[in-house]
Amino acid sequence: MDGMVPLQKQILDYTASLFQEGYLDDQFNQLQELQDESNPDFVVEVVTLFFEDADRLLNELSKALVQESIDFRRLDAHVHQLKGSSSSIGAQRVQRVCISFRNCCQEQNIEGCLKSLQQVKHEYSLVKTKLETLFQMEEQLVAGRG
Amino acid sequence: MTVEDQIDRFPVGMRVLAVDDDPTCLKVLENLLRKCQYHVTTTNQAIEALRMLRENRNKFDLVISDVNMPDMDGFKLLELVGLEMDLPVIMLSGHSDTKLVMKGVTHGAVDYLLKPVRIEELKNIWQHVVRKKNFDPRDQNKASNDKRGPNNAEEGNQSIMSDDGGDQNKNLGKKRKDQTEEEEDDGEGNGEDNDDPSSQKKPRVVWSVELHRKFVAAVNQLGLDKAVPKKILDLMNVEGLTRENVASHLQKYRLYLKKATQQASMVAALGSTDSYLRMGSIDGYAEFCTPTGSGRISSNALQSYASSGIFGRLNSPASLSMRSISSSTLIQPPVQPPNLNSTLSPLGNIQASIFPANQTPGLLHGIPTSIELNQSKQNCTTGITQVNQVSCSGFTAASGFRDSRHTVGTASNSLPSAASSNSLMLQGNSQQTHNLGAFRNQPPVRPASFGTDSFDVGICGPSNMLDYNRCNENWQNAAQLSKFPAHPLPLCEPFNNDPLPSTGISVTNTNTHIGHSPVDYSSRVAISIPLEDTGNELQRQEGLIGNILQSSSYTTPSQRWEEHKLEYSQNLSRPFNSVNSEVSLSRVTSSLGHNVNQKNATCSNSVDASFVAQLSGAPPSITRCTNDDTTLKSNDAYILEQMKSQDGFIQNNFGTLDDIMVPIVKREQNESTFLDGEMGFEAYPVGSCI
Repeated sequence: MDGMVPLQKQILDYTASLFQEGYLDDQFNQLQELQDESNPDFVVEVVTLFFEDADRLLNELSKALVQESIDFRRLDAHVHQLKGSSSSIGAQRVQRVCISFRNCCQEQNIEGCLKSLQQVKHEYSLVKTKLETLFQMEEQLVAGRG
Repeated sequence: MTVEDQIDRFPVGMRVLAVDDDPTCLKVLENLLRKCQYHVTTTNQAIEALRMLRENRNKFDLVISDVNMPDMDGFKLLELVGLEMDLPVIMLSGHSDTKLVMKGVTHGAVDYLLKPVRIEELKNIWQHVVRKKNFDPRDQNKASNDKRGPNNAEEGNQSIMSDDGGDQNKNLGKKRKDQTEEEEDDGEGNGEDNDDPSSQKKPRVVWSVELHRKFVAAVNQLGLDKAVPKKILDLMNVEGLTRENVASHLQKYRLYLKKATQQASMVAALGSTDSYLRMGSIDGYAEFCTPTGSGRISSNALQSYASSGIFGRLNSPASLSMRSISSSTLIQPPVQPPNLNSTLSPLGNIQASIFPANQTPGLLHGIPTSIELNQSKQNCTTGITQVNQVSCSGFTAASGFRDSRHTVGTASNSLPSAASSNSLMLQGNSQQTHNLGAFRNQPPVRPASFGTDSFDVGICGPSNMLDYNRCNENWQNAAQLSKFPAHPLPLCEPFNNDPLPSTGISVTNTNTHIGHSPVDYSSRVAISIPLEDTGNELQRQEGLIGNILQSSSYTTPSQRWEEHKLEYSQNLSRPFNSVNSEVSLSRVTSSLGHNVNQKNATCSNSVDASFVAQLSGAPPSITRCTNDDTTLKSNDAYILEQMKSQDGFIQNNFGTLDDIMVPIVKREQNESTFLDGEMGFEAYPVGSCI
């Protein structure tokens, strides 16, 4: 088990850095607190759900924005949902970008929307990568512990 | 875990149903709730949630729902759950928009949470379940009725309880109602204050005509027996209105109806002019309140009136008409016509409240009938009836009601002394017109206000009751009633005076807000009388007034009316004719009412004249009351007065009405012969009132 300590530490450090960089916020902590013996994979489950949902939403958003006549209300609804789910897991930067995205939608600013979409996609892929890394490390930890 | 266990270990094991289309959020929520040791069921579809809830309401203690969902709006779900299952619902949203939160609250949500949801917030959601249970008399769990403490005073409790419980509350409420009947007077004030014993005092809610109308509509829709504050609140969908407000208002309304019924009978017995007015008012109002589906009342009311022989009475002093109507209308159970609801409700309520307060039940009674008349516009009439009531001195007595009532009563009083009861009507209207909203404070709205509301007379009564504000609305509707001829008592609808012309009553429309109600009343009243068949709103409105009048005089005046009045007169006359004897009185009243509405007072005058004539048996001339016809004289005078006052009012306010009325008036004038004799309205005190 000692061999795991470094890994454990690594995980902690890494997580801390994610917080510091604003990728994650306190909500993520809450998720972690919810995880316990009876619910050992809770965080992973939820975040995985988030990934799936976000992928779908981003897809919808991309499609909506290339329409000839853009339905801003629908756009707004999607963004709103993405904002909600990202905030639920604590993906702070994604959430923030969603907020500005929504503003563009409300202003019916197509340019702004396109830009925001890019930003969202960017932030999302970032946080996704990082979380996946984190999960891998945790898996190793669990595996290492036997 | 058995249910008992759950209950014992509450809040542990509390059964929550979570609804959110976002899977991520739903999962997080589910786990958070599990962490709080609740028993969680989730679904991402609102429809599915409803199905589960309907399947077994007792399976859940609390519902948490997202606001934005693709298959159903969260607020809609909230409403349905509240109405059908009466479970506490917490709204969840990523938005913190004040408007949304307000919407949630007004739809009955017990709480509004923002995403991301934190566990701390979820830890306390059980309080909502407890709160609801406590208020629910039915609840076996500790019911904390005592928690609320006696402070609420029955009313408060009642309202609270009613809010929570559905049927239970109702029963409880009813019980309370009885208990507090005597306290009705105080109740008014208490109702609101005591409504929420647990929470801080809420600002007093002014039950405007419009609000009352909605209330009545909601109550009618639910059925008076099943109307619980929470559901009413949901149906009304008014921001800022609390269940407590609705509960207390409901209580008053019920009382009002009760009184109206009593009044009606009383009126019949009374036969005195004053009583008529009162009755009319009461009835109208009652009808009003109950907006018995607008249609219902009228027919019923009318019939009741006729039967009650009030009509006969009507013939007697002008006031009669109103009154008789009222009595008949009173008969109408709070059926609350949907239409009436809105406008009448306030009135009705007022009346109800008034009744207790008013001594002059007669007036009110009469009014209620009118309310019924209009079925649709019933609301309008109620206004009228109310007015009557209000006018009834007793009305003023109705301290319970907001001041408005007094005003109404006063108004009427101020109205021609001659008219006696009639004046009341007018007064009521006048008052109404004025203030409808201001009801409370408004001093006898008097015809002055009529200008627009000419209805005020009739309306005044109710408006006073209502909050006056409401009355206005009602009046307007009432006024619309006068317009009826064209449409079904618009009374209920806020008259905007547009179409008034048709019905003398439109008075309400004209300006009044009051018009609505008052008009309705008048029409209602009159209408209730046989008018019903005509279905003309006017008739309703007028029915109340006119009905009585109609029978006698109406025919004549109506003729005139018809022409100008357009439908109104026709309606009036029609219905009246049927009623004839009795109606005549009503007609007079209605005409008064009409007059009120329409500035054309002339029309109303004529109407009144006719009514008056009829009432008194004299030639309808009364109806002719056209402005100058004060001939309405006492009996008619009342009507006339109304008319006159209406004229006064109407003319003032109704810009539109004038146009309409003018032709009518002219006609009337020609016929003024009617009035001369009969009308004798004492020169419209109404006018003066106004």
